[in-house]
Amino acid sequence: MSANEITPEVVAAHGLSADEYRRILKIMGRAPNRTELGIFSVMWSEHCSYKSSKRWLKTLPTEAPWVIQGPGENAGVIDIGDGQAVIFKMESHNHPSFIEPYQGAATGVGGILRDVFTMGARPIANLNALRFGAPGNPRTRHLVAGVVAGIGGYGNCVGVPTVGGECNFHAGYDGNILVNAMTVGLADAKRIFYAKAAGVGNSIVYVGSKTGRDGIHGATMASAEFRDDSEEKRPTVQVGDPFTEKLLIEACLELMATDAIVAIQDMGAAGLTSSSFEMASKGGLGVELDLDAVPQREQGMTAYEMMLSESQERMLMVLKPGREDEARRIFEKWELDFAVIGKLTDTGHMVLRHRGDIVADLPIDPLAQASPEYDRPWTPTPKRAHLAPADVPAPNDIPGALIALIGSPDLCSKRWIWEQYDHMVMADTAQRPGGDAAVVRVHGGRKALAMTSDSTPRYCLADPVEGGKQAVAEAWRNLTAVGARPLALTDNMNFGNPERPEIMGQFVGCIRGMAEACRALDFPVVSGNVSLYNETNGRAIPPTPAIGGVGLLADVGRMATLAFKAPGEAIVLVGETLGHLGCSLYLREILGREDGQPPPVDLQAERRNGDFVRDLIGRGHVSAVHDLADGGLLVALAEMFLAGGIGAEIAPPEGTPPLHAWLFGEDQGRYLLTTRDGDALAAAARTALVPARIIGRTRGDGLTVRGERSISLVELRAAHEGWLPRYMAGGA
Amino acid sequence: MHAAVVVFPGSNCDRDVEVALARSIGRAPLRVWHRDPGFPKVDLIVLPGGFSYGDYLRSGAMAARSPVMGEVIRRANQGVPVLGICNGFQVLTETGLLPGALMRNAGLKFICRDVHLKVETAASAFTGGYAKSQVVRFPVAHHDGNYFADAGTLKRLEDEDRVAFRYCDPQGRVTAETNVNGSLGNIAGILSEKRNVLGLMPHPERLADPELGGTDGRAMFDHFVRVLH
Repeated sequence: MSANEITPEVVAAHGLSADEYRRILKIMGRAPNRTELGIFSVMWSEHCSYKSSKRWLKTLPTEAPWVIQGPGENAGVIDIGDGQAVIFKMESHNHPSFIEPYQGAATGVGGILRDVFTMGARPIANLNALRFGAPGNPRTRHLVAGVVAGIGGYGNCVGVPTVGGECNFHAGYDGNILVNAMTVGLADAKRIFYAKAAGVGNSIVYVGSKTGRDGIHGATMASAEFRDDSEEKRPTVQVGDPFTEKLLIEACLELMATDAIVAIQDMGAAGLTSSSFEMASKGGLGVELDLDAVPQREQGMTAYEMMLSESQERMLMVLKPGREDEARRIFEKWELDFAVIGKLTDTGHMVLRHRGDIVADLPIDPLAQASPEYDRPWTPTPKRAHLAPADVPAPNDIPGALIALIGSPDLCSKRWIWEQYDHMVMADTAQRPGGDAAVVRVHGGRKALAMTSDSTPRYCLADPVEGGKQAVAEAWRNLTAVGARPLALTDNMNFGNPERPEIMGQFVGCIRGMAEACRALDFPVVSGNVSLYNETNGRAIPPTPAIGGVGLLADVGRMATLAFKAPGEAIVLVGETLGHLGCSLYLREILGREDGQPPPVDLQAERRNGDFVRDLIGRGHVSAVHDLADGGLLVALAEMFLAGGIGAEIAPPEGTPPLHAWLFGEDQGRYLLTTRDGDALAAAARTALVPARIIGRTRGDGLTVRGERSISLVELRAAHEGWLPRYMAGGA
Repeated sequence: MHAAVVVFPGSNCDRDVEVALARSIGRAPLRVWHRDPGFPKVDLIVLPGGFSYGDYLRSGAMAARSPVMGEVIRRANQGVPVLGICNGFQVLTETGLLPGALMRNAGLKFICRDVHLKVETAASAFTGGYAKSQVVRFPVAHHDGNYFADAGTLKRLEDEDRVAFRYCDPQGRVTAETNVNGSLGNIAGILSEKRNVLGLMPHPERLADPELGGTDGRAMFDHFVRVLH
């Protein structure tokens, strides 16, 4: 058998089905060679083609008057006034991070940065959403250490602050961790760059790092589930070079300040193949590449290797005629490779030449358009039994339950993580990690951007529709809690194998809930990423739609924070408390149960309550604001106490549910506020038809629920700050 | 006064320090790219934070041998004030303008947090805006800030009043617990023999603006205007 013969085994090894191979034969009119087959395999991989998810992603709302560019480009673009635009996206690097945590996570950050600056934005903030396996799993500690060091190692060197994120632990991620990275960038609204190529004969230019043999078939690897052999896939993971990325950012932004660029696209998944294909396909043109001109890190690379390499820190551009030398001078100043490697043609074909031969000739449009799109069968997730507050036992000791919750892996301080990230470089970080949302000033002005990342997978697992709603609502609520107007979101959809109807049902359910919440809250989706096949030996992760939200503050001086500011202030609870304990952290951490339904999200109430709170913040009527989420009321109060060092005493008003349900229930759409004039706030709430009750006052140096023992700051802080450093040092 | 900020490939706090300088001195500092021919006549040279040339070798080692540094060393020897922050401090030790070395943090991890510093001497253009023994709060953000020098060098630094800042607690107590990175003697910043070169790991430029949560760094930049022309 010749090395080039395409056997069914070769087809299968490229992750293509027999049916997909028949389509290839039809498009080509002949059998493809290895290089061509490789190109099909990456372009049609789940990772690049969204073949299982496309049909459902289309149902998400993507428009608003302030949306400049929705999904379909490298990242989403929104208008923030004054001729400025914000460009942002979240993307997963799950599979590589499990195999090689440092490089997997580092290159995840590098990739999402390129998606944003390729559109003309200077990256101004990074966030990340991380999910790890159970703390007791033998691999978890190693994965946490590697992922955090990798994110820090890349972001710190590039000089973009990592300002926020989330991190959870659950046995459901034992075999498949999630590493979702988000970048937010700032651009001139009139100078947004797109991937659409134009101008037959224009040069195609390669800039950045040289191409090596790393990351070959990364996209295909990321489109398959793991078995016991994931270790052997280490060579498919790329290696990051943040220094080169920093130079690439500066060089690209310098060139973008001229008008020499027609189109630009980063080389991400499927590298040279995907970038050249996308540019030509969007422009309805053909492309001819001379692979001998591609800067190469090693000798003797084949066309197949070059086209499928996922070497990092590379970009492809189409330049206006005659501008090559000007561009070359900029890249030479930054000591980066610059090579004209081909030109645009009117043939509609991708033609690759290597060592004097034509090594591939593929029709672009048919390949892009015939890209499979599946309507995979799905079954709705069965509804669980409702769990009434009265049916959930009270704890023996309320302060003890709070201490246990605030020191649990999901609620404990993540300081150990974010102190490894430079969260202040660029000197515009107005709200650092640890609050409801990070706030980063728009450089040189009064405006500021709020950003957050949220998802509650245990809700999504129990009821994907409510869980999808809740993820969007919580992101919206977190932005609101710092005083920002939520503008748009990016979604990172992490699920198991879509070929299983129950997994597909989770995906469809989450999308439905998200779409409903996006509409009700005027909070469109402008970019996103789908990561499927997050399962190992048939065991899937909990459905995890990570929502990255961005909002705008007109004046950074009006930003709210969660820390108690002064003693003697009224503490006001906004929103309705029914004491919903199904799927709560109280249930899981204190009682060891994960049953029940998640809290329902009343989107009208969510919007009404949030608009009310944001208005109060804007008028300067409140001193501290915190949203209520995981762990409920008492955990939120404890976080306000921890941040401000001022204590509080509270008591349940008349007509509330059982005490433990009032304190630990996770009802949605709620906030805690402090104010000097509680009665005036309560009156304003009545006028706005917003449920609000004064539940206590800030005072003293302890947190006291009337009738229970007071909890000191020292005790609370020891629990909150203790777990993660102790765990990472080898304890538990 | 005129200031220059030297920019190496991989510098990433150049803009931050430019903003802080401009706020205090009322004019934007000049940017000097590592390959620029000639070097402007200035009253202050700043080496900013970042990862010069990637710092894949010892931090600051490549930058110390960059052509622009030849001129910086000459100016420093003529008495021009040179301020090295974070990576800038690492570069200064690698050039020999300041003694000692900055090793990997004792905890082996990158650390980004606010720290308290005790001002050990007010006798320099850099620290004259503070009182001796004043406690200030600046952020650190580094992987290699663990100051080391041999016993003889340390003794000279102490005897000649050249330790500028030490890591301490909010009350000014210099203890093992407040030593964020394992530095000998809790040293966060040192002066050259002629007191015209300061290297420090913490970032005064990051807390020089009330909207970022503090202004303790500002006094350093404000003081330049008073003493440098």
